[in-house]
Amino acid sequence: MEDKKIAVSLRDVSKRFGKVQANSKVSLDIYNGEILALLGENGSGKTTLMNMLAGLYFPDEGQIVINGQEAIIANPRDSFKYGIGMVHQHFKLVDVLTATENIILGLNGKLGKKQAREKIVEICDKYGFDLDPDKKIYDMSVSEKQTVEIVKVLYRNASILILDEPTAVLTPQEVEKLFNVLRKMKADGKAIVIITHKLHEVEELSDKVAVLRKGKYIGTLITKETTIQEMTDMMVGESINLDIERPDPVNPKKRIEVKNLSVVSDDGLKKLDDVSFDINSGEILGIAGISGCGQKELLEAIAGLQKTCDGSSITYIGDDGSKEEIVGMDPLKVSRMGISFSFVPEDRLGMGLVGNMDIVNNMMLRSYRNKGIPGFVERKEPRKLAEDVVNELNVVTPGITTPVRRLSGGNVQKVLVGREIASAPKVLLTAYAVRGLDINSSLMIYDLLNQQKKKGVAVVFVGEDLDVLLALSDRILVMCGGKVSGIIDGRTADKNKVGLLMTKLGGEE
Amino acid sequence: MFNLVSFIPRAVAQGIPLMFGSTGEIITQKSGNLNLGIPGVMYVGAMSGVIGSFYYEQSVGKGNLNPFLAVFIPLICSLFGSLLMGLLYSFLTVTLKANQNVTGLAMTTFGVGFGNFFGESLIKISGLDVPSIALSRTSACFSAKLPFAKSMGWFGKVFLSYSFLAYLAIIVSIVAAIVLKKTRVGLHLRAVGESPETADAAGISVSKYKYLATCIGCMIAGLGGLYYVMDYACGIWSNDAFGDRGWLAIALVIFAIWKPDVGIFASILFGGLYILYLYIPSMGHMEYKELYKMIPYVVTLVVLILSSMRNKRENQPPAKLGLPYFREER
Repeated sequence: MEDKKIAVSLRDVSKRFGKVQANSKVSLDIYNGEILALLGENGSGKTTLMNMLAGLYFPDEGQIVINGQEAIIANPRDSFKYGIGMVHQHFKLVDVLTATENIILGLNGKLGKKQAREKIVEICDKYGFDLDPDKKIYDMSVSEKQTVEIVKVLYRNASILILDEPTAVLTPQEVEKLFNVLRKMKADGKAIVIITHKLHEVEELSDKVAVLRKGKYIGTLITKETTIQEMTDMMVGESINLDIERPDPVNPKKRIEVKNLSVVSDDGLKKLDDVSFDINSGEILGIAGISGCGQKELLEAIAGLQKTCDGSSITYIGDDGSKEEIVGMDPLKVSRMGISFSFVPEDRLGMGLVGNMDIVNNMMLRSYRNKGIPGFVERKEPRKLAEDVVNELNVVTPGITTPVRRLSGGNVQKVLVGREIASAPKVLLTAYAVRGLDINSSLMIYDLLNQQKKKGVAVVFVGEDLDVLLALSDRILVMCGGKVSGIIDGRTADKNKVGLLMTKLGGEE
Repeated sequence: MFNLVSFIPRAVAQGIPLMFGSTGEIITQKSGNLNLGIPGVMYVGAMSGVIGSFYYEQSVGKGNLNPFLAVFIPLICSLFGSLLMGLLYSFLTVTLKANQNVTGLAMTTFGVGFGNFFGESLIKISGLDVPSIALSRTSACFSAKLPFAKSMGWFGKVFLSYSFLAYLAIIVSIVAAIVLKKTRVGLHLRAVGESPETADAAGISVSKYKYLATCIGCMIAGLGGLYYVMDYACGIWSNDAFGDRGWLAIALVIFAIWKPDVGIFASILFGGLYILYLYIPSMGHMEYKELYKMIPYVVTLVVLILSSMRNKRENQPPAKLGLPYFREER
């Protein structure tokens, strides 16, 4: 290892946003011909740190040394000059332009699309990318867009490549393809940094792993010589018991009966096909499935946000056994019938919360109809609720009047879940409630769901991590291609069985 | 009978101010700035030219104007006036990140007021008892036409009977189209309007492009005002005569699907609609003419409805039109 040259070294780099210290005195070396995994929980400052190398942010303090000389990276142009290229988590591409146009964006000189095209094809051949240079971005899949981003960086002859959570949006096959490309680049002598919080990827791909925690640099490990346990400990700082509590169901009774539910999307695809199952009070129903198998449509149909086909039936069964048909009703109508639903959607800032409004106002979205003088909003209770949520769920925020879009993903989720739970629901629907959250935040969310379960709430938990689903759910509904592939007991289920059900209807060989 | 040979030149003359306005606004909008101040900018462009020409004519007195100076002075004044408006808009919306709609509307109000205020002042200074300023000597220089156009029959009338500003409008539009489509500057400008964060990450200075596009756009639009006074209105400024051509120019941007080359034809078409009422027989009912005057506005509405129904991505407005760009925002 020692014979390798240091490509970039960060020395005591600090950056703060308002009251939040994103990075404090981080020192880190990046070597040529090596893949470094930058590991850390959400909000640990990985992306901020790398954005300073990409020239998007400027460090408040500290030095960046590139090839032995101090470098001032004031803007992205400087960053290219030093051979640094970054592939952002949210792709920076112009939708209406072609791949070629996006790749040459920002360069100087004559336009020369033809020569650019040739060079792009050359790069693609060299590293084994599959890319049509004349395709418009809006026609591309996520994986293709990522390819454009990587080619863009290579086109600029970058020798230091930073990828921010590159695998979050890819299928396993695409991930494998990406890793192969990255290995080729490494063999080519390039320095590669990947930001991730998936430990198995760290193990599979990286040579070294650097760990950040709460904006501070904790240390660097050599991947081969470390274990998942050690990495986790460094990442979270304290040993976390990965066991998730699973209390027994409390007096389970049928709460919602879904029968023959079908949904057809706008472009005529059958998203849900004749789905029937029950949701019980006092238990957690896990929903598993490969993404896009109808989980989203299922929840939205129950929440009254999705048009359903004729013949579908969703029946709500009250405590006294009274039955109400709620299919096709919008959420307002349902709540006027005295049925209290809570819905934590996948798209937190799109459907769940209003990004530009502060925590108090977001709390009010749920309660503004109920209290106070007609025509005026009541602020006292939402303010109290906001304070409670911030305190009890440890939301990291400068204050309750901060717009929620300024909070990190995990904190946004806490605000949303906190609000939904506060309305004392009978049914709690959650979609990917822990997506993008670090371990501690995730555990807190599981805990909240369990508390609700103990109160007799019917909880639906759509998840992607099978281990979590198996540890948390009382029953697991497995979906496959819009159909119910099987419903199994969470306590006795094994992972292989669920995996098989996910990929094959009914799980038979 | 409908006289096409007399209709087309008049339609073109009506269309030129719209062409300047819409080309300027297309360039501005491509940078993501929705400048609703264009009507005001066109007023300022016109009035600045009028002021320059008024003082030049005054300084010459009864002597002959130098034709070069008679054109050059108002032209520079007009460009300078519009440039100041562009800088003001850019400073407010790009540097201070003010709301673009509010800023634009305020600038329109300001520009129209600016034009009318100085118009009134000049009328007072000139001491005439008509409510307008006549700059016919300057206008004669501006509206000089190709000498051989007259001898070429209908061809000369339809294609060659215009002043230099009219041809300039077409040239500017074509150049703008080529720059946007074929050059690196155009590519960068489009990227800034579509996705400033992408442009920023690619090392393109978003603020610089926004400033430049807005200022150049305003200067082009201001020429529309100048053309209107000096050529179309024969050098006669009367308050509010320019009307709502500025708003039509903005509507034209949508009609031309953000393409200056399409804008050339769209402008002339709208110019034709604007005067169509003169060519439709009213059969003795003068009130019908008033209804026909509505045609361009009705067409604008129809076009807005139709264009909002088009789905092709390329024909949509720049994705980040009207939104300020903050880099450090997360």
